[in-house]
Amino acid sequence: MKAFSTLLDRLVLTPGRNAKRQLLADYFRATPDPDRGYALAAIAGTLDVLHVKPKLLRELVMERIDAELFRYSYDYVGDLAETIALIWDHDGVPEEAAFDAGLRLGAVVEALNGAGKLQVRPLVRSLLNRLDASGRYAFIKLATGGLRMGISAKLAMQALADLGTQDAGEIEALWHGLAPPYESLFAWIEGRAGPPEMSAPVIFHPVMLANPVEPGDLETLTPSLYAAEWKWDGIRIQITRRKETVRLFSRSGEDISGSFPDLIDAIPFEGTIDGELLVGSRNEQGRLSARPFSDLQQRLNRKSVSGKVIEEFPVFVRAYDLLFQGEQDVRPMPFEARRARLAELISAAGNAPFDLSPLVDFASFEALDRLRLSPPDPVIEGVMLKRRDSVYQAGRMKGPWFKWKRDPHVIDAVLIYAQRGHGKRSSYYSDFTFGVWAQGPECDQLVPVGKAYFGFTDEELLLLDRFVRNNTVDRFGPVRVLKATKSEGFVVEVAFEGLNRSNRHKSGVAMRFPRISRLRQDKKPEDADRLDQLKAML
Amino acid sequence: MKPDALLYPAPAGLYCPAGDFYVDPVEPVARALITHGHSDHARAGHGAVLASRETLDIMRIRMGEDFCAEAQVAIPGEPVSIRGVTVSFHPAGHVLGSCQIRIEHKGCQIVVSGDYKRGIDPTAAPFEPVACDVFITEATFGLPVFRHPDPLLETAKLLSSLRQFDQRTHFVGAYALGKAQRVISLLRRGGYDEPIYLHGAMTRLCDYYQAEGIDLGPLRAVADEPAADFCGRVVIGPPSAFGGTWMRRFADPLPAFASGWMMVRQRARQRGVELPLVISDHCDWQELTETIRELSPAEVWVTHGREEALVRWCGLNGIAARPLHLIGYEDEGDA
Ligand SMILES: [Zn+2]
Ligand SMILES: [Zn+2]
Repeated sequence: MKAFSTLLDRLVLTPGRNAKRQLLADYFRATPDPDRGYALAAIAGTLDVLHVKPKLLRELVMERIDAELFRYSYDYVGDLAETIALIWDHDGVPEEAAFDAGLRLGAVVEALNGAGKLQVRPLVRSLLNRLDASGRYAFIKLATGGLRMGISAKLAMQALADLGTQDAGEIEALWHGLAPPYESLFAWIEGRAGPPEMSAPVIFHPVMLANPVEPGDLETLTPSLYAAEWKWDGIRIQITRRKETVRLFSRSGEDISGSFPDLIDAIPFEGTIDGELLVGSRNEQGRLSARPFSDLQQRLNRKSVSGKVIEEFPVFVRAYDLLFQGEQDVRPMPFEARRARLAELISAAGNAPFDLSPLVDFASFEALDRLRLSPPDPVIEGVMLKRRDSVYQAGRMKGPWFKWKRDPHVIDAVLIYAQRGHGKRSSYYSDFTFGVWAQGPECDQLVPVGKAYFGFTDEELLLLDRFVRNNTVDRFGPVRVLKATKSEGFVVEVAFEGLNRSNRHKSGVAMRFPRISRLRQDKKPEDADRLDQLKAML
Repeated sequence: MKPDALLYPAPAGLYCPAGDFYVDPVEPVARALITHGHSDHARAGHGAVLASRETLDIMRIRMGEDFCAEAQVAIPGEPVSIRGVTVSFHPAGHVLGSCQIRIEHKGCQIVVSGDYKRGIDPTAAPFEPVACDVFITEATFGLPVFRHPDPLLETAKLLSSLRQFDQRTHFVGAYALGKAQRVISLLRRGGYDEPIYLHGAMTRLCDYYQAEGIDLGPLRAVADEPAADFCGRVVIGPPSAFGGTWMRRFADPLPAFASGWMMVRQRARQRGVELPLVISDHCDWQELTETIRELSPAEVWVTHGREEALVRWCGLNGIAARPLHLIGYEDEGDA
């Protein structure tokens, strides 16, 4: 654990890519299996460990220290994990520490995952006793899911490649199909064995995205070349089954299989589907009917899920597209051909929780516009236009796919600043400034476009508050500057009544009555909207 | 005599009316007693100054020969009488020459700790516990999150980074008085015997430490080596040089910083430090609380730093304590 926590301490403070790569490679070289494999998984975000709630950590630390002393310290340090890590032995080194300086990362991971419900509390307490401050910090981040290092999988693969003569791209391809602690992968890279046998490689394929319809766009399009389809108000997912391995990914590639065991167990066909995850079940006619997004929220961001929640909030996939049919990559086929195969697959799936997102017949864009504004189902948030001959391409190209939302006054923005609220909310960070992307002098940057301090539930407020406390990168008086890069940050959907031009704002626009209508933890900041899109709404 | 009649905070600093002197005043006064040479404690322009020989030397080096009208050497452990008030100096373990000051009058004894630490440091005489009625303690690191590790382990990190990144210049930010010499001495104890390169702000004080018999090994001024690329070398400079243009002359510099604050990751990140070295010239939380327990004074007065937490701890442990809201002390050595 010492080597791992030392590595993390260095990585967080090292900005240079080459230096990071060297730190990683030196660590992989010097560390035995299975520790280095677990470390690789922790850094690349593929490690599943038992989730420890911050509440438990707080309770444990309160056994050891006066609440007021803790509060002074937390206020000063600003990060819960770090405060607990540092304060743990304020009254002297715990006795257990003396005999366990050799506690290994592999042992910690295995102990956590082997713990029964009642063993978690004593186990966490004992681990905190046996680790030093830096080890405690690494452990807490690992166990609370806060270990985001900003290390891309690509960089980790390059560091692995430095261990031997294998190519980083080949390593990555194999890595996706393996599970931690990757002993066979290391053996192959180091030339001690042949390439690892993959049981069933299941990887995430970057998704194809649509551009919003902007004024003037439709005049240039021929309606007959496009198919229209409802845009459902759930979360976009990709689900793959290959032999017995099933993985559910969010649109940004995050593996969310663990939260949806009901879906994982129910996919009857092999292949990869792009679709919308919704809450709902079959009605009397045997048709799947979707429930509102707020119901889906009951299922999101859960590490584990109880039978009761599954029963109350069953999920299903409304399929949009097919990427793989069995082993066959159908992405190069035109949309209509893919869709025909998708329809066959779904109809053969019987009562499984999958259905096909229906196409919408339309003769002209005017007619489609009327349908868009009064859709037949409340869980519809707009229409999609897809060129009938479009191949499935990762990314957001202008032309093949468009999204035409029902309510134009909704954007996805990234939180930039936070301040404490007033009155009842004065102990929470509840006033937010949010921004969207705009072209900067060198690269894209976030430009503030508004402020909001309502729209979220009390539960969501707790989540936002925690995010603020754990992701403050700077402070100006009462204002906290939040972590907001392309890969790290908090995306929210902002709804507003209208938009005005403004010279007072750097962005050039001012929103009327903005509110945070939805937390979008399924999106990464890079998926947030751009200033041009906002200006197009003027 | 009541302690707060013997010594109290006045605008210019802690004042003893019976002896008509100040301790570490922040403004020029007629008579000053100085605990140590850091610039927030030792200032120029006083009339008479009483301090340890080393502190007076350091003040002379930093402020010039005429830093005061009349300098008087205090010999540690030897009482001096000032208008009937008995005053004595005792080592504080903070930096070379640093002392606590004991003030006694009419049966009341107060010890002003100045800045102090309890850890082993060959560059400063060790802290001497002095019994007293009132102990005035600093609280620079007065929060239970501060626990300073063994400093030799910290410099070992620097040595291992030198092996790992042997093409990068390891630039160590350290305060010119005390911290720089301590880091060098720790590196030497860790077996590093290569020349260490100094920023111009460091050289005179390092020379003085060497002249006082503290072996710092081979030292060179950066300015004397115009052709060197400093690859894989250790360069020590003051915090003001950190991240500035002065650092640009070095090959792919790896910024390290030696300070007790480096304990907190956010502090390190804000300064752009890649290699934080948690090396402090002040007590950590445990040293502060153990010192208070050990001295067990009737009363504790807490000054510069995080007073409220230490006062709270004293309260929880049945020790009378109050904060002394002194202003003007932002410790040079660790701010
Ligand atoms: Zn000092
Ligand atoms: Zn000080």
